[in-house]
Amino acid sequence: MNTIAIRMNRVTFSYSNGAVLRDVDLCVQKGEMVGLIGPNGAGKTTLIRLISGILDARQGDIQLDGMDTKKLKRSTIAREVAVVPQQFNVPFAYKVEEVVMLGRTPFMKPWHDFSAKDRDVVVRTMDTVGIGRLARRCFSELSGGERQKVVLAMALAQETALLLLDEPTAHLDISHQVEILELLADMNEKGRLTIIAAMHDLNLASAYFRRLVLLKDGAVIADGSPGQVLTSSTIASAYSVPVHIQPHPLTGVPQVVVLPSGNGHR
Amino acid sequence: MRDFVRRRRISVILLLLAILVICVVAAAAVGTVYVPFADVLKICWNKLSPFNFTPTWRSVDETIILQVRLPRVIGGALVGAGLATAGVLFQGLLRNPMADPYIIGTSAGAALGATVAMLLPLSMAFLGFGMVPLLAFAGALATVFLVYYLARVGGKTPVVNMLLAGFVVSAMLTALMFLIISMSDKLYAKFHSVYAFLMGGISVAGWGQIAVIAPIIVVGILLARLWAFRLNAFALGEEGAAHVGIDVERSKTVFLALGSVLTAAAVSIGGLIGFVGLVIPHSMRLVLGPDHRALIPCSAIAGAAFLVIADTLARTLHSPGETHVGIITALIGAPVFIYLLRRGGKEYAL
Repeated sequence: MNTIAIRMNRVTFSYSNGAVLRDVDLCVQKGEMVGLIGPNGAGKTTLIRLISGILDARQGDIQLDGMDTKKLKRSTIAREVAVVPQQFNVPFAYKVEEVVMLGRTPFMKPWHDFSAKDRDVVVRTMDTVGIGRLARRCFSELSGGERQKVVLAMALAQETALLLLDEPTAHLDISHQVEILELLADMNEKGRLTIIAAMHDLNLASAYFRRLVLLKDGAVIADGSPGQVLTSSTIASAYSVPVHIQPHPLTGVPQVVVLPSGNGHR
Repeated sequence: MRDFVRRRRISVILLLLAILVICVVAAAAVGTVYVPFADVLKICWNKLSPFNFTPTWRSVDETIILQVRLPRVIGGALVGAGLATAGVLFQGLLRNPMADPYIIGTSAGAALGATVAMLLPLSMAFLGFGMVPLLAFAGALATVFLVYYLARVGGKTPVVNMLLAGFVVSAMLTALMFLIISMSDKLYAKFHSVYAFLMGGISVAGWGQIAVIAPIIVVGILLARLWAFRLNAFALGEEGAAHVGIDVERSKTVFLALGSVLTAAAVSIGGLIGFVGLVIPHSMRLVLGPDHRALIPCSAIAGAAFLVIADTLARTLHSPGETHVGIITALIGAPVFIYLLRRGGKEYAL
């Protein structure tokens, strides 16, 4: 039994205008919950796109559960990896349950649309995420927090062992941020779901992820527990801002405090 | 999906089918010579089954119904079904509510083809088709190939490129068409027939043409329904569709080809009938929601019924003269659509 969910060997990727990822080695065990952090443009989204097979690595190889992503069919990848993208909108008046049902697409066949099992999975994932009461609502009418939960439910309906999320808490208020992260932590612990999420909020990342990977200019510059990764020197070198790191008074995980220059309120 | 949704869809399909059958029979009954509704049914029955009614009608009526009106009515139904289905495919694929069967240039290609055909001698024919339908069909398909080729960069065909290429190629082909018309005395004199093609009008001469067009359109609709779940995934955007396991570039090519063949087959016998491919998909989406598994069959049937009604009005409003069916589709289609939009309004995000 393979215990490694993802193995990336010296992966390099560039869009036409320059290198975005350089020589990235990354190994994620099954059941891990990994936070990807780093400044804008560091390559977090690109890394997620490479793992989900949307982009092909220029050099190096990526293995999903021991299989080379380049050799896998899209429908096979979609049964291994689900993705919650950063931006998401749906044209026309799709109902919430219809959007969640789209997560079952990898299991559908032309003559046999969806089965009783697909229906059960959709109902169950909507309950898990707590959007059962929204089932008949129109997706485009929902608030940002509700939409994010619908997209999460759709990804969970794919019933994959690996879930990738690109800034799942961006643009959400703190109650929705905490709700989403609690849900992910719960799925990780009880559902044995392997999770990789790009995160902007360093303190939330520190509070919820046991392992953080810090990217800068397309390279991994720190990888380990929040205590190892969130130090004032690594943060200063990645983000070029002075910060103070202090332990959380209740939980003890490192917290990042910005240091305003002379213009701040003292 | 709940059971009542499924039951509702089936009842909508059955209702639409019933409406279509009534429309077809009624359309065959009316015209310069009125044949009673019951006689039309009996004539059809006699033709289709071994058990026969004793004819109480004139044999000339039977000839009118079987050889003149029914081919035309069925032709209209096929054109309507093809255009409405193509509209659903293009709107779903391009995620663009303004999309219709002609959006990537099929109309301009077909018009140019038809114009060139009118320069050729009348006697040329193939499979019972004159040169106008043949070159309209070929022109529409050739244009799609050209647009697809122009829009392709690095193994991908971005939707924006396709829309822009379609727009530019359409403009060029339309200009070319008018250039040909203005330079040819023969066409200048025959401008009325070019105009008739542009405004749309069902032209079917007997069952031979139906026997060719019907399989293309019916198979096209069935394939579209078969792959409808893939079209649903395109609602997530191309990257989102890939995330749920769709081979995006391949599916895009397939749906594009399907929509284009349906459109080309429809315009070859119907000319450029507007509005059906835009309004019917939107109307059905308002009634049924955007799930393509229901939308495709219902739009096909509703499109067929709608065009049968419009074509009947076109040929009876000032009989024995004929109006262009495209005028009727716009005149009925627009108000119906506005009504549905105002009524369904809030929930329907165009």
